[in-house]
Amino acid sequence: MRILRRTLISGLCAATLASAIGCKKTGEAGSTGGGTSATEIVIGHYASMTGSTAHFGQDTDRGVRLAIEEANAGGGVLGKKLKLVTLDDRGDSAEAANAVSRLIDVEKASAVLGEVASSLSLAGGRVAQRRKIPMISPTSTNPKVTEVGDYIFRVCFIDPFQGKVMATFARNNLKFDKVAILKDVKNDYSIGLADAFQKAFVAAGGTIVAEQSYSQGDTDFSAQVTAIRGTPAQAVFVPGYYSEVGTIARTADRLGLKVPLLGGDGWDSPDLFKIGGDAINGSYFSDHFAPDAATPKAQAFVANFTKKYGQAPTGLGALGYEAALVLIDAIKRTGKNDPVGIRDAIAATKDFEGITGKITIDAQRNPEKSAVVLKVEGGKAKFEASIAP
Amino acid sequence: MRAVVRVAIAAAVLLAIYGLRLGVEAAFTEYVQRIVLLAGINVILAVGLNLINGTTGQFSIGHAGFMAVGAYGAAYVGVKLAGPLHGTLGSGAVTDAVIFNVALLAGALFAGISGLIVGMPSLRLRGDYLAVVTLGFGEIIRILFNNATFLGSATGYFGDDPSGLPSYTNFFWVFAWVVIIVVAIHNLTFSQTGRSLTAIREDEIAAEAMATPTTRLKVTAFAISAATAGIAGGLFAHMQAGVRPEDFRFEKSIDMIVMIIVGGLGSISGAILGGIFVAVSLELMRDLQQYRLVLYALLLIVIMIVRPQGMLGTRELHHLLRRKKPATPAVPAERA
Amino acid sequence: MTQLLQQIINGLSLGSIYALIALGYTMVYGILKLINFAHGEVFMVGAYTGFYAASALGVAGFEARNQAFPLYLALLVLVIAMAAAAVLGVAIEFFAYRPVRSAPRLTPLITAIGVSLFLQNAGMLLFSPNPQRYPAILSEVRFELFGVIVTNIKLTIFAVALCLMLALHFFVQKSWTGRAMRALSFNIDAAKLMGIDTNRVIRATFAIGSALAAAGGILFGLDQITINPLMGVLTGLKAFVAAVLGGIGSIPGAVVGGLLIGLAEQLTAGYLSPEYRDAITFVILILILLLKPEGLLGIVRVEKV
Repeated sequence: MRILRRTLISGLCAATLASAIGCKKTGEAGSTGGGTSATEIVIGHYASMTGSTAHFGQDTDRGVRLAIEEANAGGGVLGKKLKLVTLDDRGDSAEAANAVSRLIDVEKASAVLGEVASSLSLAGGRVAQRRKIPMISPTSTNPKVTEVGDYIFRVCFIDPFQGKVMATFARNNLKFDKVAILKDVKNDYSIGLADAFQKAFVAAGGTIVAEQSYSQGDTDFSAQVTAIRGTPAQAVFVPGYYSEVGTIARTADRLGLKVPLLGGDGWDSPDLFKIGGDAINGSYFSDHFAPDAATPKAQAFVANFTKKYGQAPTGLGALGYEAALVLIDAIKRTGKNDPVGIRDAIAATKDFEGITGKITIDAQRNPEKSAVVLKVEGGKAKFEASIAP
Repeated sequence: MRAVVRVAIAAAVLLAIYGLRLGVEAAFTEYVQRIVLLAGINVILAVGLNLINGTTGQFSIGHAGFMAVGAYGAAYVGVKLAGPLHGTLGSGAVTDAVIFNVALLAGALFAGISGLIVGMPSLRLRGDYLAVVTLGFGEIIRILFNNATFLGSATGYFGDDPSGLPSYTNFFWVFAWVVIIVVAIHNLTFSQTGRSLTAIREDEIAAEAMATPTTRLKVTAFAISAATAGIAGGLFAHMQAGVRPEDFRFEKSIDMIVMIIVGGLGSISGAILGGIFVAVSLELMRDLQQYRLVLYALLLIVIMIVRPQGMLGTRELHHLLRRKKPATPAVPAERA
Repeated sequence: MTQLLQQIINGLSLGSIYALIALGYTMVYGILKLINFAHGEVFMVGAYTGFYAASALGVAGFEARNQAFPLYLALLVLVIAMAAAAVLGVAIEFFAYRPVRSAPRLTPLITAIGVSLFLQNAGMLLFSPNPQRYPAILSEVRFELFGVIVTNIKLTIFAVALCLMLALHFFVQKSWTGRAMRALSFNIDAAKLMGIDTNRVIRATFAIGSALAAAGGILFGLDQITINPLMGVLTGLKAFVAAVLGGIGSIPGAVVGGLLIGLAEQLTAGYLSPEYRDAITFVILILILLLKPEGLLGIVRVEKV
């Protein structure tokens, strides 16, 4: 009797699984991606909504979502509503590929946005390229991402450019010649930016007097700061994310390391000031737009974002919004819901007025746009300099 | 005569798998195909882990490290071999098959060796301590890969081509290897050696009193289990653009444990069911988005409290179908 | 030289926090022979409870006016957090561990891992995955001695940790429940036969261990400036290693182990490479289990057949 019962249970489980798989299969057999719906255009977004980098994925998604909602409120695109489907990839590259695959096969996305992390963009990008669905990454800065193929684009700076921006600023504007680097080795954005900065700074005649590292998620930086304190560094380049930079600034202040910190667009977040407090004043970072010299469009974005979500946007949210805007504009220019056409339109983007300045997509599918250097003063970021590519 | 029969059966099975492959690729979308492949890879992971955790009763919770070694090893060897072999054998499906399987075996070898290195000191420990030490080793392996610049450190290893690693993995290879590994482990489990392993699980001191070389057997089982995780890693690597250390975090080891727990610790058929379950359930739970992982953890707790032996306990499916009340612990019936 | 001293001071303060958490691990393991994987998450919940309690008591107002948060309110925050953690610890024991107490060793281990994962992900949902700045329950004051910078927060960590550990020591040595805890860790069945209500003692053990972890959580937040829902994962594991290093089941061992692990971590980060700061803990674990599995201060237990 027990054996019969166990067999029945096992059989039921197997049957449930089989029918579940079967249900997914019906209606998908042999279909391709690309929108075929008459009333809506599906845009996919894959991001790390859970897991240790959940706050980055969720930030970006908020920006994307706002752009889509604003477009729909304005009557949609080509007479159709936009439908945003966000899938979680748990910060795992197999999941990233699964998510893109599902967006194309099940959700019938005409284009996808994502991912924040370059290594995940590489994983998902390969699927998108093979299936000929255009993909725009909001924040992946590793040059390899757009080299995957001609369907992959991005709207953020690539590491070589941004690293050079801060190196040039440190050398020419601040007249530093001895800088220490404190990079996040768990994060390819940080590693890439640190390498680019180092090359450019040394080429401009400076020296890197110390190189320290940490891992994203660390909270204790006293060892690294203490080590840097013993060097003649005039500044510390910290190309990490706001979550750690604030704490690093406070630790430096606490341990008597009084030099300015330099950074990249990963600093951009209200949390930077919340966590860093007074310690972050007097530091500089490169970014896409200056809040006090922002265009009306950028200011409207910040206001709407804050109203909708109750918090100011981070740089990730701004880039998510930007990527969505570029995509929406490309769809409009294509005139029809066709992935191949959308891809061509994205590639042809010229002087598009987004919130982070004028964007032109170049032949390598990267954006040509200027960077600004901001100075932190009184708990706010203020415009300091503008640097063109 | 018997050898010829075996070869014929093997060839027939491989042909059947090839036929299935053509069917699957025609009938299902890429998305579903990916899930099927991941399920197959999970089965290999689960069956391999079950050998050491289930059959031998030695609890390892850091197996993701061995999968990582296999993945990186296979990826690296595959990329480096591609050039020379393409030169000598010319390009084409046969060359690719050779490169792929050599790479997989290399990955398995590296993984097996790391299994030996980890196993030798650790398997002198018992129960909880062994578990935590294997967890530690798993993390150390991941940290080492994270710092290995020639393997791409945190960004990961993507080979020399801008589009990433060559995608050798397909239905045929995954399921051919599934069959090979399941048959091999099944034969091992129901052999004399396997019975010794079970004896170690049931009462190690008694087994030692019966002159079973417990440490040697435990380490061997551990190395074999690590090597199978390496094969799974190699297969996994070649369906991705690249391999990164973040893909082999502690969470991956937990996934592997859930696979064998759900199916039944000690049962090969259970491990197969568990592997499929984990691959499929996470995808099916997508509608629950942010609650997915919370529910997953809750599932683990509930299973432990309500039915810790999982679906099948230590029994196999073919025992159930034989309508014989199996004696506990699982005494395997003689195979024909 | 000052750099070395600075790293040592930093290491000892981190180590004191590990010691507070390690006490919980060692007490539970001593009695139940169970690694309470969820203990790291109790630490996290304690830190967050302190965060919310301080916010509710108006710490933001004091910060804005540049005034120090009153000491009596700070103590209240500590008490609330410790109480909440104690409740959580007892609840975990009751719902997750008690049903599997008599099961073979691996079942409670997996249950513990499950509870840990559950709390981590529930924390991500409830507390938001963004790191939060810890409120200034204590305002920071810096001193410099021989070129080494010490903050009053580090001194507080030493002081609070020391007080709690002494209190625990007296409790375990002198009080009835404390002696009952020691009895259970020697032989749980004999204790039952002696008429001790084992369930009550186990509950007390979990409650005390969790309260200590919560104190550690608040101190951690003050020292490390930010907290996030995943903060308990690695810290909990390191504290467990500390308990093993010192001798699992031994309370002074947990303290020694915690301080040593904290030192090892800081010195590795400062002189070897920060990338290996986490790995060194695991290396120490492996070495101690191979060379002296009963720990530095532990007693060798012979297994009889």
